[in-house]
Amino acid sequence: MKVRLVDIAHARSGDKGDTANVGVIALDPRWYPVIREFVTAQRVSEHFRGMIGGGVDRFELPNLNALNFLLHGALDGGGTLSLKTDAQGKVYSTALLRMVLDVPDAEAKRLALPAAR
Amino acid sequence: MKTVVRVAGGQGFWGDDLDAPRRQVEGGPIDYLMLDYLAEVTMSILQKQKERDPTLGYARDFIGAMESVLAAVIGRGVKVVANAGGVNPPACAAAVKAAAAKSGAGGKLRIGVVTGDDLLGRLDELLETGHQLANMDTGEALSAVRDRVLSANAYIGSEPIVEALDKGANVVITGRSTDTALTMAPLRHEFGWAADSWNLLAAGIVAGHIIECGAQCSGGNCLFDWRSIPNLADVGYPLVEASADGSFVVTKHPGTGGRVSVPTVTEQLVYEMGDPRSYITPDVIADFTTIQLAADGEDRVRVSGIKGKAPTDKLKVSVAYRAGFKAVGTLVYAWPDALEKATLADRVLRERLDRLGLRFEHTLTEFVGANATHGRLAGDQTDAPEVQLRFGVRGQDRAIVERFTREIAPLVLNGPPSVTGFAGGRPKVEEIVAYWPALIDKSVVKTKVDIVE
Repeated sequence: MKVRLVDIAHARSGDKGDTANVGVIALDPRWYPVIREFVTAQRVSEHFRGMIGGGVDRFELPNLNALNFLLHGALDGGGTLSLKTDAQGKVYSTALLRMVLDVPDAEAKRLALPAAR
Repeated sequence: MKTVVRVAGGQGFWGDDLDAPRRQVEGGPIDYLMLDYLAEVTMSILQKQKERDPTLGYARDFIGAMESVLAAVIGRGVKVVANAGGVNPPACAAAVKAAAAKSGAGGKLRIGVVTGDDLLGRLDELLETGHQLANMDTGEALSAVRDRVLSANAYIGSEPIVEALDKGANVVITGRSTDTALTMAPLRHEFGWAADSWNLLAAGIVAGHIIECGAQCSGGNCLFDWRSIPNLADVGYPLVEASADGSFVVTKHPGTGGRVSVPTVTEQLVYEMGDPRSYITPDVIADFTTIQLAADGEDRVRVSGIKGKAPTDKLKVSVAYRAGFKAVGTLVYAWPDALEKATLADRVLRERLDRLGLRFEHTLTEFVGANATHGRLAGDQTDAPEVQLRFGVRGQDRAIVERFTREIAPLVLNGPPSVTGFAGGRPKVEEIVAYWPALIDKSVVKTKVDIVE
């Protein structure tokens, strides 16, 4: 079943130099294992292909039902050098939430995941 | 010893809500008012101001904030801790003292002034004695930009703030203290936490991280269930009610807008986070994977379980240097085919800049309304009601960037149709002050505390 990340998680992002960070937080603690399993560093790297210059690191915060991603080379040089509207990476959060996950039907049903509309 | 110490956050950056400090002291009982004014960009602005006038170089908003909370400081014993000193904490203290005297409170403040973070005057000595201040991201030695350096400050920790409070200060003014130390230091002072009580210090740092961005933990900029967050017009700024065991409650004053909940606090916890197991500060390394959050009644979140470990023997240094010039021009194209018109305008502009022989270090085209924030992920926008062409350039030569700014307005009459939104006039040329993050041995940074009365 297709599941939109925006329907099962919320997020906030910020910057450190030319790196954006995105924290993704499960809307329901039961859904944390789903984002941990399907929102991998590789998947995020593919999601942002052509938009970021460097790699993606992922960190797990099971205590907060959250993942933290570092998107390197995401801010056009970062800080004051950047010419981007989003020079401080404030809305990479919602850009990541555009991701659609392919969750096996049984698991999606068991966890009452909302289906993509 | 107090069993609960209340630290309220009243300012998340220089430019935040001017009235928030007053609301924080008047809205309910607090022991400390914590005001964070400094972002990286702020230090270089303040350094430029100090060069023009040696009595400036601090966050001037702080003087107004102090005037608005003076009665609470003198009458109720609320203490203020702020990094408003910028690159000139003594001048900031003098201005606060003068403002207090003018309000009839002369001699009633005991101001602790923390200095020693400013390395600008020591830069050559440091470089000569083997401190390379290499760029943490690129590894390049600072000598590459030495002649363009505007400011250089070490991020200092809680130690000198605790010292000032121990000496009886009721206002503490620092320069480049870490944002989190401004909250942790009062807790260390009140509870007598030892310098190697890693778990307790880490708890104070996490409390600081939660409230250092003002209302961003109490409903501001909160994506979770954002429609239901009440009364943002009167959003309550956050405060922590801390206990000696390192646990604390995040809350806000009764009757204020906004919300404090597990989701609002979680969003702030992940803000600007790197490796969560290793949140490095001068005092301690906090482990954000140990934080436990629990709802504790309306607009109350209990935070506990935090673990920390010994810090490194380095301090982070932020060096600001002149890095050229930039300008950004915009024009708005309307339906039908707004994006296609804006795309043609971009091509025409690039051809003209090319023909003029203008060469830039970097250019960037964005189509606001189509792809500026989410790039190709935003999908097809061919039927957008309007699209803003946003064209930016960057270069070392001010004249070339200046010449670019003359090429936007002509497009209104000699480019693609249905164009508007140029009322702001020619784009402004801005000098770029860039940041050079580096590390330095802790042992070479000596902080000092002076008491001004």
